[in-house]
Amino acid sequence: MSAAKRINSPIDRRRFLKDSARGLAGCAVAGMGLAWLISDARALPAEALRPPGALPEDDFLAACIRCGLCVRDCPYDTLKLAELGEDGPATGTPFFTARDVPCEMCDDIPCVAACPTGALDKGLTNIDDARMGTAVLVDEEHCLNALGLRCDVCYRVCPVIDEAITLELQHNPRSGHHAIFMPTVHADACTGCGKCEKSCVLPEAAIKVLPARLARAEAAEHYRLGWEEKEKAGGPLVEGITDLPDRLPGPGTDNLETPGGFEPAFKVPGARP
Amino acid sequence: MNDKARLPVGQEAVEKFGWLRAHRFLILRRLSQLFFLSLFLLGPWFGIWWVKGNLSGSLTFGILPLTDPFITVQSMVAGHWPELTALIGAVIVAVAYALIGGRVYCSWVCPINPVTDAAHWAHEKLGMQKGWQPKRGTRLWVLAMVLAVSALTGTIAWEFVNPISMLHRGLIFGMGFAWTFVVAVFLFDVFLSRRGWCGHLCPVGAFYGLLGAKSLLRVSAANRAACDDCMDCFAVCPEMHVITPALRGKDGDTPIILSHDCTNCGRCIDVCAMDVFAFTHRFDATPAPARDDRARSKPTPGASRAA
Ligand code: SF4
Ligand code: SF4
Ligand code: SF4
Ligand code: SF4
Repeated sequence: MSAAKRINSPIDRRRFLKDSARGLAGCAVAGMGLAWLISDARALPAEALRPPGALPEDDFLAACIRCGLCVRDCPYDTLKLAELGEDGPATGTPFFTARDVPCEMCDDIPCVAACPTGALDKGLTNIDDARMGTAVLVDEEHCLNALGLRCDVCYRVCPVIDEAITLELQHNPRSGHHAIFMPTVHADACTGCGKCEKSCVLPEAAIKVLPARLARAEAAEHYRLGWEEKEKAGGPLVEGITDLPDRLPGPGTDNLETPGGFEPAFKVPGARP
Repeated sequence: MNDKARLPVGQEAVEKFGWLRAHRFLILRRLSQLFFLSLFLLGPWFGIWWVKGNLSGSLTFGILPLTDPFITVQSMVAGHWPELTALIGAVIVAVAYALIGGRVYCSWVCPINPVTDAAHWAHEKLGMQKGWQPKRGTRLWVLAMVLAVSALTGTIAWEFVNPISMLHRGLIFGMGFAWTFVVAVFLFDVFLSRRGWCGHLCPVGAFYGLLGAKSLLRVSAANRAACDDCMDCFAVCPEMHVITPALRGKDGDTPIILSHDCTNCGRCIDVCAMDVFAFTHRFDATPAPARDDRARSKPTPGASRAA
């Protein structure tokens, strides 16, 4: 019996319309429920990192079919499919927790190779280009290096050592004559593999990999750094500006450039030289 | 209606052919469901990685990609064009089911089917009322709704709630609280709606049904002249409306069950003591005369009571 044959009297037609309206309304309600659930479920917790090459989160949920092939091909059991009610990410999507098992940054990136959908972008061919997150030294009050000790562990384990993370020498104001070797992450080279977070010796890591949205600021579109612009232009940006000598601190200070310093024209009566 | 309709479903067939034959397709189906599940579990349980992944997407023997075409369509609607591997996988699956019947997925592969079959068994044992029986087209509305939500949210929408993936992926990769979805479907089918989930709502079944609308493999009421109105086929069929046009057709009508709702489960073949039904192909033109003494009264009242 075809639908056309069934709708042959006004009563049938009315019933057909009523049924359709019911179906439509029911599905609209169910659809709104589903959409609400999705908007709720798509919030990715900060400690859950996506595998290397993962598309931005919004695109990822359109692309990942939650097959787990990336999980299977990860030789270090880094990746895991999220379980409902136990892990934060959308159920069944792959993620890792750096403090549990970090990404070992395999040269051949088997997880990306395994992904059938492109949710993990095959454009990623050099694992050093992965950006799973950015490490941040979140707690300088507990980081042993920041306290003036030589722990250095996060620095030593970094697969991109001396590029993603460096030890920057600073004065140690507490002792007055020691140095602080401050672990310093350089976001343009950090892959977010989480090796540093994993190996931080403190009970709760002082360095953590955060998603870029939390780890990084963004400069306003119109900001220009004068010194960079000057270098780009190869000279001052505005012609004919006289560069006056800088006023330097007076005598008695540790002004190394002009020992003895600038001699003020007016002397306070009774002031010592 | 015939007195035989009051006998327990399938009893006559059991007496006539023996229990095994009267359950052969049921047994084959359970074996098939077990087989597909075990293939996926060989890896995680025994380290034999013939098949990796799950029903959403898998890789067999490191070479054969298979992807769920419904998920692939949702992904496309959501705005992602999948890579070739996933597309090839989806085409392979789609072509296979288009040939053997889309809803073969439902009765021979889907891990929720044993759950809803168990629910139906409990429903009958408890003598529950039919409950909510949505219109036949409802699952198509649900299907349309899923695609609309996928497009609007830019996500593969059904995978946030799909009890099939929840169960299958749960067994293979770790369950979490995903079992709640499965229990919900079970309780829904037992207490709220007879054959409610697979028979009326599941958009996956609806999608596969459409996919197999012109499938080759079909069940035919070839020997319908021998039907003695015991109503057992209506009672076991999860989509009993598909039987009527074929079984009760007049001489000129095709005896082949052409409705895409038919899951090719073969249970009607099992329980029929008169051997009315058989698997055949869609172009089988063997003439199948209707029963001559067929009273042309509406068969439906008896059918709905028997089921
Ligand atoms: S790069 Fe290697 S260790 Fe990292 S997630 Fe991929 S497979 Fe696992
Ligand atoms: S392999 Fe790709 S599609 Fe499959 S779960 Fe991993 S990221 Fe998702
Ligand atoms: S996450 Fe840590 S270990 Fe990994 S690249 Fe970044 S700084 Fe190095
Ligand atoms: S209707 Fe849906 S849940 Fe039921 S067997 Fe078919 S695909 Fe599985």
